[in-house]
Amino acid sequence: MSAKKNYCRLAAAAVVGSLVLTACSAGSGGNSSEGSAENTSVTVALTGEPVNLDFTTTAGAAIPQALMSNVYEGLVEIDQAGKIQPLLAESWELSNGNKTYTFKLREGATFSNGEAFTAEDVKFSIERVQSDAWVSSLKKKMDIVDSVEVNSDTEVAITLKQPSNAWLFDMGTLVGAIFDPSGVDDLAGTAIGTGPYEIDAWNRGQSIEFATREDYWGEAPTVENVSLRYFADAVATTNALQSGDVDVVYNMQSPELLSSFESDGKYQVLDGTSNGEIVLSMNNNMAPFDDLRVRQAVMHAIDRQAVVDTAWNGYGTVVGGPVPTTDPYYEDLNDVYPYDPAKAESLLAEAGAQDLDITFTVPTRPYATAVSEIVVSQLADVGINAKIESAEFPAVWLDEVFTKQDYQMSVVLAVESRDVLAMFNNPDYYLGYDNSKIKDLAAEADAADEAGYVDGMKQVVRTIVDDAAANTLFIFPNIVVAKAEVTGIPANSVTEALDLTNLGWK
Amino acid sequence: MGIRLLTNLVRFAVTYVIATVAVFFFMRAIPGDPAQIALGVNASPELLAKTRAEFGTDRPLIVQYFDWALGLPAGNFGTSYVTRQDISPLIIDRVQVSLILVVLAMLVALLIAVPFGTYAAVKHRNPSGIIISGVSQLGVAIPNFLAGILLVVVFAVGLGWLPANGWTPPGEDFGDFLARVFLPVLALASVQGAILTRYVRSAVMEVMSEDYLRTARSKGLGKLESLVKHGLRNASIPVLTVTSVQLAALIIGAVVIERVFVIPGLGSMLLDAVGNRDLLTVQSVVMVLVAITLIINLVVDVLYTILDPRIRKGA
Repeated sequence: MSAKKNYCRLAAAAVVGSLVLTACSAGSGGNSSEGSAENTSVTVALTGEPVNLDFTTTAGAAIPQALMSNVYEGLVEIDQAGKIQPLLAESWELSNGNKTYTFKLREGATFSNGEAFTAEDVKFSIERVQSDAWVSSLKKKMDIVDSVEVNSDTEVAITLKQPSNAWLFDMGTLVGAIFDPSGVDDLAGTAIGTGPYEIDAWNRGQSIEFATREDYWGEAPTVENVSLRYFADAVATTNALQSGDVDVVYNMQSPELLSSFESDGKYQVLDGTSNGEIVLSMNNNMAPFDDLRVRQAVMHAIDRQAVVDTAWNGYGTVVGGPVPTTDPYYEDLNDVYPYDPAKAESLLAEAGAQDLDITFTVPTRPYATAVSEIVVSQLADVGINAKIESAEFPAVWLDEVFTKQDYQMSVVLAVESRDVLAMFNNPDYYLGYDNSKIKDLAAEADAADEAGYVDGMKQVVRTIVDDAAANTLFIFPNIVVAKAEVTGIPANSVTEALDLTNLGWK
Repeated sequence: MGIRLLTNLVRFAVTYVIATVAVFFFMRAIPGDPAQIALGVNASPELLAKTRAEFGTDRPLIVQYFDWALGLPAGNFGTSYVTRQDISPLIIDRVQVSLILVVLAMLVALLIAVPFGTYAAVKHRNPSGIIISGVSQLGVAIPNFLAGILLVVVFAVGLGWLPANGWTPPGEDFGDFLARVFLPVLALASVQGAILTRYVRSAVMEVMSEDYLRTARSKGLGKLESLVKHGLRNASIPVLTVTSVQLAALIIGAVVIERVFVIPGLGSMLLDAVGNRDLLTVQSVVMVLVAITLIINLVVDVLYTILDPRIRKGA
């Protein structure tokens, strides 16, 4: 008889158990979507979690995206229009033949560990970039600094080896981040900066929680807490938005999911611009793309607007050159190689390259797979048969395409800010562009005054495009989907930073 | 019984050592340089060489292997050169999450399978029994990640009753924990429950045709009573075997389900680590999974001897 009782108890437990589960979950599910903390916190969904917090030794966009402008600040910052604005420096003056920048520093700023921000920290931070402590490949942006002199607690003079327009901009990116000498012992796990936020908690695999600093030198952020929640893919982010778990989906990578939000008044969709270019690369050092005419044929063969419309639902800007619209030397270069399949075919005939078979190495990223299909079909129309070979990103792609340069054609999103020279002014780079025509031009432009810089860089870019060094398909959009009541979202992604300070609620 | 246990322990150790060799060398065989991934594009050869030396990936493979494998018995997985964190506490943290998920899913699966499977066996000629059998057939055919995605679409995105994804530790907010764990557990358990229902049904049906059950009936016990008193214990042996195999399958299923529901368990840790070529973390997570599977087998073997005295004596 006791066995029978046990059996019944088991069945009863099953029923009760499932009821309890349903009851509890229904209750709190409702709570989380109508959260009472809405006015003091904002939750932002992103894809790709930082592996650690140390961008001085680890590459990738995720770390500076979370930390720059929020935890770390530089002497200057780049605003939403791509312009340089004061931040920890109140003002600066140029002297010594435009080689010395004298910065007047903000008083009363402190690091989150309580230490005061002074000119010594500026010297420490810049010299640290030049030392072995930094192993990021971006550190070479500080190679141009000759010396850092501390004039007083609030004044620092930085002398460059030669005048440079690019350097001051770089000071607004992660290489310009100011550290405290006593705050660099555990950069991978602890971030100490002068910014408006400090990291309250990092729930690995889930989220980073930011809390406002009460002793922040500047204007306090609108909300007290911001949570960056990390997801594996775009579908998971929009699911979380629809079920009320997150308030903003930033840099959304799946535009085909947007239609349900665009027509719904509960949400807003922002179509911002970014500094990322979708670059269709052609290995300039390898047949058939060592022939200028074949590269030009590819430029004419591809209808870039059709690529954007098909692959990315029309989001993104077609520019015709490797320069984002927010860079000072941007100009529309779509006319250089208009869509003209007949011309492409005649160029291929001239080069003796009809019925060409090539391999197209496509990294495993949503944008790359989306773009590759239409590119392949347009190439086929002019007689280029591209065979798609998938390469896991980043590991395999970096190994095969980037390091070994064993590829013919590939496509990648180049995300670094103002990276046109990094990509093309280096013959050893995987694109293999022969930089002899632009090398001197680029150096002259960097050392010129501001107008000379813009004109010179325009000339550099035009030369690169004329040589069909690579086909810039479009400027990657920064798509943001958010609850309609969220304000202060930085729609444009101009540097690597995602500035959280203005986020708020209507 | 002692010899049986000893044989099992030796088998456990040998399997584990073979697994370390396989995991280590397979991970080195796939392309991708951890230093290159850590530094990204534009890294100079000098920086790369320096970083490789720092990571220790420039040493001979055999040295790297022993360096890692000899630390394992002490639970010392080393320091990940990608996250720059000690791996052991991270794994302990993640293991708890995955085990909560898997154990809850198994319990729910059994709570579905035992009553429904028994019912379907007892009523195997009735329409109701045939319906249960048919529904479970359908459940077997659905992969659990698909079940997960469908559950999210219906209950989180469509109806808005439950959060779509995420995780709250039970100690932090138990209500929220239940809300978030409900759908992933259901996704895992519904498929497992369907599979187990079929095994329970066939095991019970086999027991029902045994002579001793007919004897029990002839002594005047009812159908259900005789089954509960004399049948279930015998039926539990094949069910236990399948449960242990399915528990291992459930852990693998959890890897995918954790991805779908953004749960910070071992599975999502493993997938992230593979993407970052965080070799030490991948190796360590795989070895933890291997150990869990081997321990389950060991425990099940001990359970056999408790449930069935014949096995105890046979050894």
